[in-house]
Amino acid sequence: MLKIEDLHVEVEGKPILKGVNLEVASGEVHAIMGPNGSGKSTLAQVLAGRESFEVTRGRVFYGDRDLLDMEPEERACEGVFMAFQYPVEIPGVSNVYFLKAAMNAIRKHRGEEELDAMEFMKVVREKIKLVNLDQSFISRSVNEGFSGGEKKRNEIFQMAVLDPILAILDETDSGLDIDALKTVADGVNALRRPDRAIVVITHYQRLLNYIVPDRVHVLSGGEIVKSGDKDLALELEARGYGWIEAQVAVTPAERHP
Amino acid sequence: MPSANETIQELANQEYKYGFVTDIESDAIPRGLNEEVVRTISARKNEPNFLLEWRLRAYRHWLTMKEPAWHNVHYPPIDYQDIIYYAAPKSGKDGPKSLDEVDPELLQTYEKLGISLQEQERLSGVAVDAVFDSVSVATTFREKLAELGIIFCSFSEAVQNHPELVKQYLGSVVPYTDNFFATLNSAVFSDGSFCYIPKGVRCPMELSTYFRINAKDTGQFERTLIIADDDSYVSYLEGCTAPRRDENQLHAAVVELVALDRAQIKYSTVQNWYPGDKEGKGGIYNFVTKRGKCRGADSKISWTQVETGSSITWKYPSCLLQGDRSIGEFYSVAVTNNFQQADTGTKMIHIGRDTRSTIVSKGISAGHGQNTYRGAVKILKGAAGARNYSQCDSMLMGDACGAHTFPYIEVKNSTAQMEHEASTSKIGEDQIFYCKQRGIEAEDAVSMIVNGFCKEVFRELPMEFAVEARKLLGVSLEGSVG
Repeated sequence: MLKIEDLHVEVEGKPILKGVNLEVASGEVHAIMGPNGSGKSTLAQVLAGRESFEVTRGRVFYGDRDLLDMEPEERACEGVFMAFQYPVEIPGVSNVYFLKAAMNAIRKHRGEEELDAMEFMKVVREKIKLVNLDQSFISRSVNEGFSGGEKKRNEIFQMAVLDPILAILDETDSGLDIDALKTVADGVNALRRPDRAIVVITHYQRLLNYIVPDRVHVLSGGEIVKSGDKDLALELEARGYGWIEAQVAVTPAERHP
Repeated sequence: MPSANETIQELANQEYKYGFVTDIESDAIPRGLNEEVVRTISARKNEPNFLLEWRLRAYRHWLTMKEPAWHNVHYPPIDYQDIIYYAAPKSGKDGPKSLDEVDPELLQTYEKLGISLQEQERLSGVAVDAVFDSVSVATTFREKLAELGIIFCSFSEAVQNHPELVKQYLGSVVPYTDNFFATLNSAVFSDGSFCYIPKGVRCPMELSTYFRINAKDTGQFERTLIIADDDSYVSYLEGCTAPRRDENQLHAAVVELVALDRAQIKYSTVQNWYPGDKEGKGGIYNFVTKRGKCRGADSKISWTQVETGSSITWKYPSCLLQGDRSIGEFYSVAVTNNFQQADTGTKMIHIGRDTRSTIVSKGISAGHGQNTYRGAVKILKGAAGARNYSQCDSMLMGDACGAHTFPYIEVKNSTAQMEHEASTSKIGEDQIFYCKQRGIEAEDAVSMIVNGFCKEVFRELPMEFAVEARKLLGVSLEGSVG
């Protein structure tokens, strides 16, 4: 479903991603781990369509479409969802109003009728239970005055309502205490489906105790330097990112003895 | 260009039984201003002597005044001798024959605002049949209002039919010496609205110039007077969300409100005069003096305004809180896009004991727009226990616009409580990207974010008006985010 080929990305002339290759199939959960500054969030933002990043080389396929050719809102309408690391506040705009606008934009894109208000409310009331947020959050302004944990849960709530095909969770675990982490993970697990792919971007392994990934990739210095199954995450946790970086450092020598 | 419509309404009005004095003079008086012009205007309108005298006093005083320069708006000098101060309605022949002849861009805007075809014709001045729905609707309303003793008519009619009320209250809130533009208006005002709510009457509907027969373009010097007698209530709507073009560049209106004991007046405005083009050419100069006097104890005056039009907006709807425990409110949204300039705000003058005032101002600047909030809160010596809460928020879109805040506070009674909050925010790329990532297009996102920002003001508007205002804001800011 998602195929990234040799992706190079620069920000203000500074290379961040230096040839990322990645393939994610429907129904799979992939984790992308890496130290700070490795380019994890850049990758997420580029997939979502952030304009401030410049793709200098490589391609990204979403199904059979060129993802990089699509506007951010078109990507969203086609089923790409990103849970933000830092969800923004929109004062005065209620969560429900925001979600309804999003939902209707997506439905319009698909050539479907707008959902009627009653039906929409039913969906919203149901889905918010998934992340254990109080019903009052439905009518509160988007992220305004939410705690860090509430913001992250609100992202997963939005994901549940908007029903994406590809979900990218950008450090959804950062700043969460253990209870909130479990809640968020439970929410995500409930949203795992054979026709949906999820990319989990995280610094720490602990989230992956709850959202067990099919594949784990380590991003370092703008490249994916190691891939493996869920055990790779545990090994990383035990040995630290220094272990990977040391391995990478010796690799060229090994290749050219 | 509402001239065709004027004529039609004038003609239609003649057949109504409420004794309108419809003035269909076809000739305009020559350009320029002198005492003779003032006399002519008064004579044409068949005014009683007290009014002519009042106009003349205003004119003579105006001659001694200087155009204000303290405001934060810039425009080339106005030649006051190059203005026609009295022009009778033009014939329908000048207007477009059908909507096909109207500027397509204007029609597009109407479309976006969801304005009916018939209303589009009215607004763009197409010569329509003299018999149309709004006239009969208006008549029904008038009958209902008359039963309650409510007087709601044009200013000219009031002068003829209720001269004693006009004489008693005209200039009682905005004296003819008040300021350059108000004084000019006092000398040459053409027409406007008059409204009197008798004791104990709660006006059962929102009064709108739209439903008033004769509510056509009242010219560049409009005068409105609203009096709410003891224990009465009225909600008054001014303006229209549809963009209006007008050949007169200078508009200097005066609005006076008087609230007697326990009376309440709610005055809502949506102003969408032609703002000029994208390069800043053309557009209306809107120099308005609006003031309400809470004369009675426990009275309340509430101003709500949504200002999106005009190339220059200069207005400070104010409250004189004279009656003990009286309340003044000001809720404002002002938008400046392209090269628009707005210098707007309010004055709350606390005179009586335990008077309260609330100010909520939301300024939005986009393009090269310059938006100034200017507000004064004065607590006079006798105003023991007075309270004020002010909140001024500015939002910037892009980096070529400006937001300015000039709050003046003067407290002469130590028991007063004052609160002032201010914020400036930039509509963030982050916010827009967040919306886009959820499938919402940039323009819808901007409109949503801005509407959220203005929520506290919009909820003060009557329901229907609020819905229209919301759409209007979106249209006004179209194209302001790339």
